[in-house]
Amino acid sequence: MNTKKKNIVQKQKKNYDSWVIVTFVLLAFYLFFMIYPMISLVKQSFMDKETGVFSMVNYLEFINNKSNVLALQHSFKVSVWVTVFSLILGVPLAYFTTCYKIKGSMILRVLIILSSMSPPFVGAFSWVVFAGNNGIFTRFMKNVFNIKMPSIYGFNGIVLVMSLSFLSLVYLYVTGALKNIDNSLVEASSNLGTTGIKRFMKVIIPLIMPTMLASALMVFMRAFADFGTPVFIGKGYQVFTVLIYDQYSGEMSQNKAYAAALSVIAIIITTVIFLLQKWANSKFTFTMNALHPIEQKKAKPLQSFLMHFYCYFITLLAFLPQIYVIFTSFQRTSESGLIFKKGFSLNSYRYVLEAYSDTIWNTIKIAVTALLLVVLLAVVCAYLVVRRKNIMNQTLDILTMMPYIIPGSVIGVALIVSFNRSVMGLPVLTGGPFIMIVALIIRRSPYTIRSSVAILQQIPQTIEEASISLGSSKAKTFFKVTLPMMLNGVISGAILSWVSIITELSTAIYLFTYRTRTMTISVYELVTKGSYGYASAMAAILTLFTTISLILYMVVTKGEGSGTA
Amino acid sequence: MSVGIKINHAVKAYGDNVVIPDLSLEVKDGEFFTLLGPSGCGKTTLLRMIAGFNSIEGGDFYFGDKRINNIDPAKRNIGMVFQNYAIFPHLTVEKNVQFGLKNRKMSKEEMNALTEEFMKLMHIEEYKDRMPERLSGGQQQRVALARALVIKPDVLLMDEPLSNLDAKLRVEMRTVIKQIQREVGITNVYVTHDQEEAMSVSDRIAVMNEGEIQHIGKPKDIYQRPANLFVASFIGRTNLANGKLTVKNGKCIISMADGYEFEMDNILEEEQHDQDVILAIRPEELVINDKEGIHAKVDDSVFLGLNTHYYVLSDAVHCIHTEDKDDDRFELIQESLIDEIIPNGTDVRLKIKKEKVNVFTADGSKNIVKGVKNDKYLYGND
Repeated sequence: MNTKKKNIVQKQKKNYDSWVIVTFVLLAFYLFFMIYPMISLVKQSFMDKETGVFSMVNYLEFINNKSNVLALQHSFKVSVWVTVFSLILGVPLAYFTTCYKIKGSMILRVLIILSSMSPPFVGAFSWVVFAGNNGIFTRFMKNVFNIKMPSIYGFNGIVLVMSLSFLSLVYLYVTGALKNIDNSLVEASSNLGTTGIKRFMKVIIPLIMPTMLASALMVFMRAFADFGTPVFIGKGYQVFTVLIYDQYSGEMSQNKAYAAALSVIAIIITTVIFLLQKWANSKFTFTMNALHPIEQKKAKPLQSFLMHFYCYFITLLAFLPQIYVIFTSFQRTSESGLIFKKGFSLNSYRYVLEAYSDTIWNTIKIAVTALLLVVLLAVVCAYLVVRRKNIMNQTLDILTMMPYIIPGSVIGVALIVSFNRSVMGLPVLTGGPFIMIVALIIRRSPYTIRSSVAILQQIPQTIEEASISLGSSKAKTFFKVTLPMMLNGVISGAILSWVSIITELSTAIYLFTYRTRTMTISVYELVTKGSYGYASAMAAILTLFTTISLILYMVVTKGEGSGTA
Repeated sequence: MSVGIKINHAVKAYGDNVVIPDLSLEVKDGEFFTLLGPSGCGKTTLLRMIAGFNSIEGGDFYFGDKRINNIDPAKRNIGMVFQNYAIFPHLTVEKNVQFGLKNRKMSKEEMNALTEEFMKLMHIEEYKDRMPERLSGGQQQRVALARALVIKPDVLLMDEPLSNLDAKLRVEMRTVIKQIQREVGITNVYVTHDQEEAMSVSDRIAVMNEGEIQHIGKPKDIYQRPANLFVASFIGRTNLANGKLTVKNGKCIISMADGYEFEMDNILEEEQHDQDVILAIRPEELVINDKEGIHAKVDDSVFLGLNTHYYVLSDAVHCIHTEDKDDDRFELIQESLIDEIIPNGTDVRLKIKKEKVNVFTADGSKNIVKGVKNDKYLYGND
């Protein structure tokens, strides 16, 4: 055996290929723009505001500040309820439309995907316009029925808006999982005497459990990290993200160290939730692949009616605000944009396109650049992670996934506290589009990388080997064989990233300057000013962008619409 | 064009896990050579080392006189056929076949002529504009074969090319592969775990287990005179029974558990001493009669047309269980007679065809019958 061991030591020539350099560049990128800011953030959180020495003062202040602890509790409460409601509303919707014949289910699907692509803050804003103190619905109920509607602001409003927004995610994920259940499983369970609701609970639910857990995590994270919704509709109901923003940008008492401490606490919470979900998920690991997907059945008339009612009602509820925003955008407003007048006009659009045309261009420029880089990063990372497994690339994999559990606000704070001064002799990086693009790349890559990894894993490696054995170099194989095969999936992933990039608010709010305002920021500004008509017009333009993107997406995926966002 | 392959003391390890400790073999120019063994025996690993997709931790690999250890897989000039065909799904049949030619300096006319020729050879020219997803498994495999052969490779490597096909197509493609290999006259290394497939196509077979070669030889030699117990039970069906070898007056007597004895005259000289042995008796090496042989009782029978299989129980023999045979019954095959099938429960005697039976040392490591041909030792394996 000893001699054999020696044989092994006879090492083959190490082949340095260009991919190693790529790995190094990417690692450097993540170390500089993610790890370094996170470390600065943690460091800052332990810094006494006045003296600048190491202390626990920020954390102590947090614990002793009742209202801040309350904000954390609020965030938690909101996220839990939003997760619960999204599941309760989204799972049946997916089940009915996948397993039963629902008329117009294609249209429902399009509407739901569309509402999943719209940023939650547009929903929040439109619910305010629709059912706020002076909203059309509130006035209608008061004038016609003399019913005083409960307030849309605060906890109820946040949960309502977020649940209606995120149920679409649950719907998309669960539909994907349901399509993977083989019809024979359903038939077998009927054969064994389990039907109807019992079958749903005993067979269907356990089978889609991993997906439900994954979507629950996603919803929780998004709800926890969402900034726009509570800011628009929360009013006095303080949540964590808003608290961080207030602490950071507060006009009276700006306290960056304290904001940093809050950010660290937020990361700890999301990390715990993430680990919990991972643990729960490990209890349900099995793979399914449907040879014969579930056949859509016709339900009995009454059942069928109830299902149709449910599906249309929920979808409409989720989509209604958007329609209303578009409606509002065409309403005539006063010169200042603050008051709605009778009749319709294009004056909101005229105003927005004149005064805010730069934000539209900013959005397009920043988003297109970020998107191209995200796609490039995703393809390269997927290749490294799947095809070149080694310690460095596994590290890279973990690094790229980390932003998944870091709320956008935290990334915003971390980048600004790290780069608002010169680092390593570089010019100050904040204050321009550059830092916003970096933030978008870091935040949006995890999703695109995951979907690219999934596609690449489905491509057997032997196909690449076949190409190599036929005399193609590795680079040629990548461009001629691997990339073309990945392309469809990558493009559909890219379109989804594009939508989330143009609707991003929670990080940009920390990083923008007057010169780099984006559309979402201008909606935010206009709403804060009270110019609802103008804000609606801007939101409508944003909706137009997302709709066009969706149509593109449907064309690319041939109407399938993948289950992952 | 085609060249032989020589492997000297190959080593494959993943970290500390040694998969192939020390392996040598030679494939002759134009030979159809098969690596056969159970899953995990290292056969695919070895093939991928030849192809260049697995690193080589030790030893030398030669194509003809050329050492290929450090040659890039793209430059080894091999044709490879994969288990899952590995057809490029985004290219038409014609583009798939042409793919390798595009990496060579070649005029367009020449390229088209070659593509045409090999598509014709594999009978796929009628599908040349089709996308792979609209081809059956058999057709995809033909495309894969055409694509591998069109580049006129030095060697053709095939990794379980038929295991994804259904039984009927498998037999059909087996013939196609063998025929094409002969026609083109190319050195072929073929990996399979299906021993019947291996025997039907190969010039020579290397039986592998746990990263080591057990036996290299012609299908007939391996089947009839397996080098050790592993080979005997892996190739074909075999009944195993304990026995005793005693040497009396220069005569080798094998005695079974019930005392039934028979003389064997082809035991190796150096093994002619008293010892416990294991007998490997193939189902067709037992003859049912009512005069002599071990006592047994018919337990069950299966009529398969040409042959009838009998399953018999006997106290006389102590059956050794193997992975794919775990009952105490002996299996034997008789040509179906026009008479009645012997009913279950009938007492019978089983005579052993002693010129065919194989006898192994008690640890199963060596066949002690004369006539074992094992090329393994020609190439420096120990």
